[in-house]
Amino acid sequence: MANALIAITVLWGFVFIYAVMATMDFGAGFWSMIYINRKKTKATDIANRYLSPTWEVTNTFIVALVVAVYSLFPNAAYTLGTILIIPGSIILLLLALRSAFLVFSNIAIEYKKPLTYISGIAGILIPGLLISVLPITHGEFVDYMNGTANLNLFRLFTSPNVYAFIGFAISSTLFLSSLLLADYSKASNEMEAYRVYLRDGKILGPISLLMAFLIMLTLPNDAEWLYNRMMDDLPLLLISVGFFLIIGIGLYAPFSFQRGVKGMPRLSVIAVTLQYLIASYVYGKAHLPYIIYPNVTIQSAFTDPNSFRAVFITYIIGFAILFPGFIYFWSLFMNDKRYLRQKVK
Amino acid sequence: MDDLLVARSLFGTTMAFHIIFATIGVGLPFMILTAELLYQKTKDQDYVVMAKRWTKAFAVLLGVGIPTGTIAGVQLSLLWPGFMEVIGRVMPLPFQIEIYAFFIEALFMSIYVYAAERIAPWMRIVSLILVAMGALASAVLITNVHAFQGTPAGFRYENGEFLDINPWAAFFNPSFFVTAGHVALSAYVVGAFVVCSVAAFKMMKHESGSRVYLFHQKALRLSLVVGGIFAFLTAINGHSAAQYLHEYQPEKLAAAEGLFETQSHAPLAIGGFTDRETQEIKWAIEIPWALSFLAGNSFDTVVVGLNDFPEELWPPLFIHTLFNAMVGIGSLLILIPIFMYAWRKLLKKKHYPKIMLWTLVTTGPLAVLAIEFGWVFACTGRQPWVIYRILSTAESATTATNLSTLFILFIFVYMILALAVVFVLLYFFRKNTELDDIERAEKKTVPLFSSNS
Ligand code: HDD
Ligand code: HEM
Ligand code: HEM
Repeated sequence: MANALIAITVLWGFVFIYAVMATMDFGAGFWSMIYINRKKTKATDIANRYLSPTWEVTNTFIVALVVAVYSLFPNAAYTLGTILIIPGSIILLLLALRSAFLVFSNIAIEYKKPLTYISGIAGILIPGLLISVLPITHGEFVDYMNGTANLNLFRLFTSPNVYAFIGFAISSTLFLSSLLLADYSKASNEMEAYRVYLRDGKILGPISLLMAFLIMLTLPNDAEWLYNRMMDDLPLLLISVGFFLIIGIGLYAPFSFQRGVKGMPRLSVIAVTLQYLIASYVYGKAHLPYIIYPNVTIQSAFTDPNSFRAVFITYIIGFAILFPGFIYFWSLFMNDKRYLRQKVK
Repeated sequence: MDDLLVARSLFGTTMAFHIIFATIGVGLPFMILTAELLYQKTKDQDYVVMAKRWTKAFAVLLGVGIPTGTIAGVQLSLLWPGFMEVIGRVMPLPFQIEIYAFFIEALFMSIYVYAAERIAPWMRIVSLILVAMGALASAVLITNVHAFQGTPAGFRYENGEFLDINPWAAFFNPSFFVTAGHVALSAYVVGAFVVCSVAAFKMMKHESGSRVYLFHQKALRLSLVVGGIFAFLTAINGHSAAQYLHEYQPEKLAAAEGLFETQSHAPLAIGGFTDRETQEIKWAIEIPWALSFLAGNSFDTVVVGLNDFPEELWPPLFIHTLFNAMVGIGSLLILIPIFMYAWRKLLKKKHYPKIMLWTLVTTGPLAVLAIEFGWVFACTGRQPWVIYRILSTAESATTATNLSTLFILFIFVYMILALAVVFVLLYFFRKNTELDDIERAEKKTVPLFSSNS
């Protein structure tokens, strides 16, 4: 049991890291599309400056996630693979178009606009589909016939709860990425782009919060067990909502923190990350021990103990090797004034 | 088509498409590294220009290689959940370690491309070495899974249960080193000959002796040296791969050689088509005793024939043709560089006739074809098994039905990507000619690597 718990924690950690990185990634692609005609604000350039070096690294996390599922919980991989074939394939197709055209748009400069539109639109649909995996694991859309699981697409796409999840995914993708890009433009001294992204953050923050409430409101209808268990941790949920105050200070504060610039996006970025961390902890805890309710649990799906030990050791060694690489990467692209403040050609 | 056939076709199409970009993605960084090192040695700016232009091409190809690889990785669980369940339990290490290789490649690729002008030259070389190593490691590790499929190890299989699992023994399964070596060496063959094709083509388009012509001539020579060496190593190693088949998957070797009767002093059949009814190979050239010698280094070696196995366990017989095509191309790719060397050094000819350049243009596509033939031979020749004598393909397939629509959608998207990637490459290199880059490198005022347009 203890090992299975460690394994699901690792998996949850990957999901969380990927969720944060992917929202930044897909959101940045979307903003780069929205502001493509407003050359003066440099909002598109800022988005691309963030996106160009990072998308590949972000993409690797989705692969890491899939690999973690089947190497830690092979049994769940069987059922998940079977029920996710349709949504999974659509995600893959969109992801392929998105990544390829993102790269192409940076190379074929003359065709930048149409290429950016394809990658931007494909990109913003992906988080909506990715998050639908969560309600699918709640179990009520899965039918079992002679021992094999089947996804009932009709019930899936007529459930208000699923739409609340999708709305939440898209709005928080846009929200988090606008916060991050506001911070990034501030560090890059692009004040016009900064004001654009700060304004977007101000609009999208409340919408994301509303969507989160909508999820909770519609959840009891589809998965009462989950709702009740989440409510057991009501204090934590309230703390999570409370973080919105700090995010709000970073966004709306009428006074300036430094050099006459209003707003403190970095505070908001940190606060929103903590907020999502707490909320997803509550969700994850309530979800346990089920991977797919009610048939697949972390115990029933857990891998062989020898394999688990070997995999776990490679995690430790792998991250010890990779960590300096990530730091170096961060210092070159997130923290190097020469990169951030380069002249836009 | 029945659902199993659609699933196999869909996965095979994905792999056949990914493998083109993946293999070039392993081979090209090695060529870039060679050019960078040659620059350090000779201080000839042309090599920096080569490195820059190949890096651009590589970055574009990554735009397809990475998403199609992601598709391959996820599709493995979507289409073959039974297979991945076993792999997850017994053989999770290669996939797991591969993630770290992907990370290294992704991190340092971005650093090499987007920070080239801000980091020290030695750091640029280090980044490039890490990219090349990351790509090589991904290929070696993914091939390890494939090796395990052919020579499973590291567990006991009784009454449908996997017992005594030892994931490291599975990792170091018998054919790991030979198979991974073959894939790595052949990827370098592909990287070199793809460069060779482009260089030969450009030499035809420019006047002999012009600045651009000489630039491509340097690239051509470099690619022929690298390509020739690795083609030779690939063949030597391929010979061991065949001996492993003799030992571990005899029915695959029998099908590859079209051998029906078990015998010593077995003949080697080159070319031709296997006929199931008459149990012979039509239109083949037969070399007596050669197969026995190749399989076991002695004419007395007994080579097992297909008739020793029930017919429903025979691999498809057309793999004989695929195998011959791969070996044929491999031999050609050894001979062509030798011939070119003789032409220049022994016959002391300075000029390359048009037909010779056209022949060189075909080498890149031929090398890619050899890779495709090799993989279809290896995967299809394993049928009906996904994991040899443990798990059948039918058992491991998804229970989902109506996959045809998905199949069509995937083909459609692959076609879009294929067209777009060709278009973008042509567009980019037409806008940024060799001369532009050579000038940039000479002036040094304009950054070379981050120059896009
Ligand atoms: C440039 C590509 C290339 C070239 C020139 C060759 N091969 Fe190859 N071959 C491959 C690319 C490849 C491959 C695509 O990488 C395969 C598919 C699976 C594998 O392990 O490597 C392969 C598989 C493969 C196998 C099957 C392994 C298995 O099924 O497990 C054998 C026996 C050989 N090769 C033997 C040879 C020989 C004797 C060659 C002599 C010239 C040769 N190959 C040239
Ligand atoms: C090295 C990693 C690879 C793994 C783990 C792998 C695994 C598999 C699996 C599980 C199947 C499905 C079962 C089957 O029909 O045999 C398959 C089939 C297939 N694979 Fe591979 N494969 C690998 C590489 C490749 C590559 C690089 C190609 C490129 C051409 C390829 C071509 C195919 C084809 C064509 C099929 C369909 C076989 C058939 O129709 O009989 N595979 N492979
Ligand atoms: C032997 C055949 C293969 C080779 C040589 C190979 C090599 C590579 C390389 C070098 C990359 C990096 C991208 C690039 O340079 O284009 C890549 C990407 C990828 N490959 Fe393959 N691959 C092979 C087969 C497979 C198979 C069978 C799978 C699926 C199980 C797979 C999964 C992936 C994934 C998931 C990525 C994307 C990684 C990322 O997001 O960064 N590959 N492959």
